[in-house]
Amino acid sequence: MNDKPLIEAKSLFCERDDRVLFESLSFDIHAGEMVQIEGPNGSGKTTLLRILSGLSEAYEGEIYFNGEDIASARAEYFSNLLYLGHKPGVKAVLTPVENLVSYTACRVNRSGAEIEAALAKVGLNGYEDVPCHSLSAGQHRRVALARLYLSDAPLWILDEAFTAIDKAGVKTLEQLMAQRVAEGGTIILTTHHELSVGGGLRKITLGTGAIA
Amino acid sequence: MTVIKKSGPDAGMIATLIAVLKRDLTIAYRRKQDLANPLVFFIIAVSLFPLGVSPDKSFLQEAGAGVVWVAALLATLLSLDGLFKSDFDDGSLEQYVLCPQPLFLVVLGKVIAHWLVTGLPLLLLSPVLGVMMFLSGEQIKVLFVTLLLGTPVLSLLGAIGAALTVGLRSGGVLISLLILPLYIPVLIFGTGTVNAAVSGVSTLGFLSILGAMLALALALSPIATAAALRISMSN
Repeated sequence: MNDKPLIEAKSLFCERDDRVLFESLSFDIHAGEMVQIEGPNGSGKTTLLRILSGLSEAYEGEIYFNGEDIASARAEYFSNLLYLGHKPGVKAVLTPVENLVSYTACRVNRSGAEIEAALAKVGLNGYEDVPCHSLSAGQHRRVALARLYLSDAPLWILDEAFTAIDKAGVKTLEQLMAQRVAEGGTIILTTHHELSVGGGLRKITLGTGAIA
Repeated sequence: MTVIKKSGPDAGMIATLIAVLKRDLTIAYRRKQDLANPLVFFIIAVSLFPLGVSPDKSFLQEAGAGVVWVAALLATLLSLDGLFKSDFDDGSLEQYVLCPQPLFLVVLGKVIAHWLVTGLPLLLLSPVLGVMMFLSGEQIKVLFVTLLLGTPVLSLLGAIGAALTVGLRSGGVLISLLILPLYIPVLIFGTGTVNAAVSGVSTLGFLSILGAMLALALALSPIATAAALRISMSN
């Protein structure tokens, strides 16, 4: 393991509606780690992930990515990051292919064949040209998950990525994440599923102040 | 495979701009009925004037340019609420904010798409409405040029308001209040140009000011809109 942490959070503080979600929260995340953010509903898991992804600036403290403050090295941080939030970010009137094309266009160069292969991997073979509003909720989510197969970003932040996904889908996803981590990728996630990714899953618990 | 990139995104800036533009135009094409809304409003608002106020030729000639401009302004205002709303609701906006490209490029692409589907149809229809208001050929020509310079400014400025209010439950009224003061100068110089043409004064000065407004808005408003979007995403 590299000595220099990939993500370094220093004394994070965040409050929402006069309620302190977390204070003096510090942690290091190294490359090749899978970290699960735990805590009861309302403990600030999503807020923390939004802060870590650079989406939310409503916090105090410092976050460093590879030694650089994420607020100042934004473009560099974003080109190394894949974030999947509660909202899938899939446009209902567009087809899965069009959705992925517009997602990849401003990030990495991906050919049409690669996009179709990614859709096949999430089980959307044959749905490439169907508008997303006629897909089910799970399939909708799968369009968003296809981004994981197109991404070469070293850091993934996944907020409740398993929502509406069936058992077989969850299994495939767990395999993908395990493989990713084995290759040196880093994953920060929240989920209410019991993850079966073997050892190496670190947990950060919110709401109690304890950090494992 | 998991190398940390130091050089920013692979994709080019122009490619990003074109991708955003293409996506928004495809979405607009799939939702044609939303597209017609501002246009129908524009036609109805202008055509109600002769019925409601006076069908008198001299009155319409005098008020015509102003009526067309006010209707175009309100039609644009009407369409602004949707500029970022649906992207915000389904999470696409989050992905754009996290895009390694400068956010103002994405904004610029969206605003150009917005103008192409709302401003441009208004512009193309304005000569027909000008004829209805008994405007002379010269006046219609000047009106067309002022709208050509003015409607992009309306879209660009409106985007700032739309971005500031996108996170609010009901931002519709607030956009109007925020943006209307910024629209007033555009309206004044827009109608002023046509009036100058009527009284035989050179319109060049007025048109230059409108052009300057367009240049200023084009340069600064995408940056302001991008900053406003980041603030809206923070909550």
